[in-house]
This record gives sequence, structure tokens and C-alpha cells, in this order.
Amino acid sequence: MAPILTLNGVKAFYGQSEVLHGIDVAVEEGGMTVLLGANGAGKTTALRAICGVVRSDGEIMFAGKPLHGRSTEEIAALGIAHVPEGRGTFVGLTVEENLRLGAYTRRGRPDAGMGRMYGYFPILAERRRQQAGALSGGEQQMLAIARALMMAPRLLVLDEPSFGLAPRIVEDIFVIIERIRREERVSVLLVEQNAALALELSDHAYLIETGYVVASGTAKQLADDPQIRRSYLG
Amino acid sequence: MHEFLQQVFSGFSTGAIYASLALALVMIYRSTELVNFAQGEMAMFSTYIAWTLVSAGLPFWLAFLATLTISFIGGMAIERIVIRPVENAPVLAAVVVTIGLLLIFNSVAGWIYSYTVQDFPSPFHDRPLLGALMTTRDLGVIAVTLVMLVLLFCFFRFTTTGLAMRAAAQNPASARLCGIPVGRMLAIGWGLAAAIGAIAGIMVAPVLFLDPNMMGGVLLYAFAGALLGGIASPIGAVVGGLIVGVTENLVGTYLIASQLKLTVALILIIIVLVVRPNGLFGTATVRRV
Ligand SMILES: Nc1ncnc2c1ncn2[C@@H]1O[C@H](COP(=O)(O)OP(=O)(O)OP(=O)(O)O)[C@@H](O)[C@H]1O
Ligand SMILES: [Mg+2]
Repeated sequence: MAPILTLNGVKAFYGQSEVLHGIDVAVEEGGMTVLLGANGAGKTTALRAICGVVRSDGEIMFAGKPLHGRSTEEIAALGIAHVPEGRGTFVGLTVEENLRLGAYTRRGRPDAGMGRMYGYFPILAERRRQQAGALSGGEQQMLAIARALMMAPRLLVLDEPSFGLAPRIVEDIFVIIERIRREERVSVLLVEQNAALALELSDHAYLIETGYVVASGTAKQLADDPQIRRSYLG
Repeated sequence: MHEFLQQVFSGFSTGAIYASLALALVMIYRSTELVNFAQGEMAMFSTYIAWTLVSAGLPFWLAFLATLTISFIGGMAIERIVIRPVENAPVLAAVVVTIGLLLIFNSVAGWIYSYTVQDFPSPFHDRPLLGALMTTRDLGVIAVTLVMLVLLFCFFRFTTTGLAMRAAAQNPASARLCGIPVGRMLAIGWGLAAAIGAIAGIMVAPVLFLDPNMMGGVLLYAFAGALLGGIASPIGAVVGGLIVGVTENLVGTYLIASQLKLTVALILIIIVLVVRPNGLFGTATVRRV
């Protein structure tokens, strides 16, 4: 299958400092690809470069279109839904309003999509009139994912969906992510600290260290690599 | 008792005007965390536009709607041209820009229309109502403000653009990721604020008479109202504006010479800032992390 997203020699900058030094990444259509790496390696920055949140250099192609020079909102409208680090829910708005905002680029009646999301996450239906800020961490993560899916994206970008959640809830969330990937036919690009879990679910994996891709391959190849086992799978 | 009620009602009518301008201030504050010191002078300029149109023979309400439209577009243009370049500059720079706007609008109005005081027509004749408890003018001003508030409420509550504006104000980074053009939302916010200010100016001009300095005092009262309600709360701005209007009227009638009324507004601002820095309605949103 052809990749839906490719990064070619992508550099990224905060002000003058270069944080990514030319990385190559490809996300297969319909698959799940994971970026692994220690804290501060540049995983979040790579996702931000894709969505045009940080200044970047190099070639980023999505579904045959270059993303360079496009604003974040244009990139979203092309079909990339990004759940950022820290979830990015609108805490002062209700659950339902958050979901309506997810469908902003579609400009149609969002109700159909909303029903499907309540199907994946029944707890959100119960809380639809509550302020998003009053949800638990796990519920907020579900809301963030549901909000992103309301866009009917072709690529779902998730930055550490397990962050700060109890292990049992993390598993629930990953089960749902896997189900959504199949049922919504959406490609997924994932950043995850929990390498064991992520490698189990993904097809392809990249290991990033201090702004370089230092290993890549199928998830199985990386999971079997003795050095990666020692450093990341403990 | 009769006089007291009379003063309360007329306080509501001036309070409604303060509430409108306070609401304009709050809208801009919520989206850009910027206090727009030029809000009053923008309203004054809009009022001159209305005056020009009425003087040219346009029916009052047609001139009213035309002025709102022109003000809306003008507000958007100001955001694009003047505010956007300092969007990421330190807050102080942006504040200086709004003070600069204040001076520009004031002197341009003086230059075009001169500083002579003009009569401004009132669409509501000043007839007594309810046994002279209030006047048709008071009622008219309150009604116009109410209609405006209901329309704004429906816009923000029920339309996609209104919702997107609230989202952009609350979390611009996330709003962009949802595909919301945050810059356009800010511009619409400035346009709306300018139009709301125009309503305040048109409503107050028949009482204060029209001149380039007309809105100076009104802006101070509006500030007092906005701070009283909590500078980030739209409901607070409305309630705060009404409280300030009624207080001002009662204090001016019963306690002190009306020349000192503006002092009351200043004292109110100071007391609020000391006692309740977040204002009456300035509660933080529920947050659990
Ligand atoms: N807003 C910022 N301004 C300046 N430097 C930043 C900023 N955000 C991140 N950095 C730097 O860029 C580098 C990569 O950070 P990034 O957030 O991409 O790491 P990460 O791999 O996502 O780490 P983590 O696992 O902790 O989330 C780090 O050295 C960090 O200090
Ligand atoms: Mg990160």
C-alpha cells in the first residue's frame, strides 16, 4: 500500500534552535505507525511539524499534496486530525459542543457522526451536557479522540493518548483506537511512551533520538531488536 | 418612593448603555486578553456616522442598521490592519496601540465634524410612562439592549460560527487543529464589538449630545461595569453595567453633587479591584486535571 503521509528530510525549529535534524517517516494508508523515543527526543515536534504548528523545513506530503506553506487550519481541513499532547479539549465548553467543533470543517449536520462517537464512547453520551473540564482524565482523552474523529479525517494523529492514565484505562483506550482504525478506515500516526503496547498494535515503528530517526521498520522488527528491547521494552 | 423608582428606572436605561459597551470590552478581552481603550471612541465615531446618515435624510432605523453594518466592517478592518501586527507583541505594546487608536479616532472626528456639540435625534420621544415612573426613552433603550442581548446570545449559543468564536477565544491552538480559522474569528469579534459599541453610542447620544469627547465618561462607567462583573464574563458585564447605571443615578440624586458622579465610578473600580479582583461573575471554569 502507498503511504498516505511522508516526511522527507524534515527539520523543525523552535526559534533559532533546530530540534529535528532531517527525519524520514512514512505512514501507510490504513495502518498504524508509531513514533517511539525518550523524553525530549522530538516526537511531539515531529507531529507539530506535520500540522504546521512549528516552523519546519523539508518535504511533507499528505495524500499527494505538499503541506509546506499551509496554515494549521488548512491542514486540518485536508483531513489530518491531531489530538495534541495534553489533549487540547475545550474545557469550558460542553462535551457536545466539543464534538460539534470537531465537525467544523465538514460544515454539514454533525449529528450522524455524533451518534457514532457516542457508540464508541457511551460515557460521553451520558455526559454530553457537562463541561469538558469536569470530565476525568480518561474521559477527556476519549472526548479528544472523538472530537478528532468528528472531522472524518483520513489521518488521525495521537500524541501520547495514555499520558497520565491508569493502566487499565490505557488498555481500554487502545482497544477502542484499534477498533476505530478498522471501522472508520482511518490511518493512525501515534506517539507513545508505552512502547510494548504500541508495538503490539502498530504495523510500523520509528525510533527517534535527539532529533534523528535511529531505527525503523515493521513493529515486529523493532520489538525483536535486542538493543531496543533493552532500552525501551525493559 | 416615586422619585426613588424613577431614578432606578432611568438608572436601568443608562445602565443598559454601559452594559452594552462593557460587553464590547469583554468580548475583545476574552478573545485577545486585551483591554480596548479605543472602544468608546470607536462608538463615538460610529455615532457620527449615524448622525451623518440621519442628517442626509435617511429614516432613523435604516441609518441605525447601516451604521451597525459599517461599524462591523470597520471593526474587522481595525483588527486586521492595526491589531494583528501586534498580536504576538507584549501586552503593553497592544495596549499602547489601542490608546493610539483612541487618540486617532478622537482627533479625526474633531477634524471632520469639529468639536462643536451637536443635537442627536432620539427615536423614542420623551413621553412619561406608568404615571411618570419612566419615560418612553428609558423603555426604548432597555428594549433595544434586550433585543441585542438576545440576538447575541442566540448567535453564540446556536450557530457554528458563534461556537467556533468561543472555542477560538478559549484555546486558539486547539481551535486551529479543528480547522477553525482563528484569525477570522478574532476579526469577527472586533466587528461585533464595534457594532455593539455603535448601539451604545447611538442610544446615549440624545442624552449626552454628540461631540468627539462624548464617550469618555461612558467608557469609564463601562469599565467599572465590566470589572464589577468580571472582565471575562459577558453576563457579568451586563449585570455590572446595570448596577453601575443604577448606582450612579441614585448616588447622584441622593448623596453627592452630580459633578462627582464620575468619581463614584472610579471608586467603584478601585473597590472591586481590591475586594474581588475577579469580579462578581469571574469564576474560573471547572477544571480537573
Ligand atoms: N515550545 C518549545 N520551545 C522551545 N523548545 C522546545 C519547545 N518544545 C519542545 N522543545 C524542545 O524540543 C525538543 C524536543 O521536544 P519534544 O516535545 O518534541 O519531545 P518529545 O519527544 O515529545 O518528548 P516527551 O516524550 O517528553 O513528550 C526538546 O529538547 C525540548 O526541550
Ligand atoms: Mg511529547
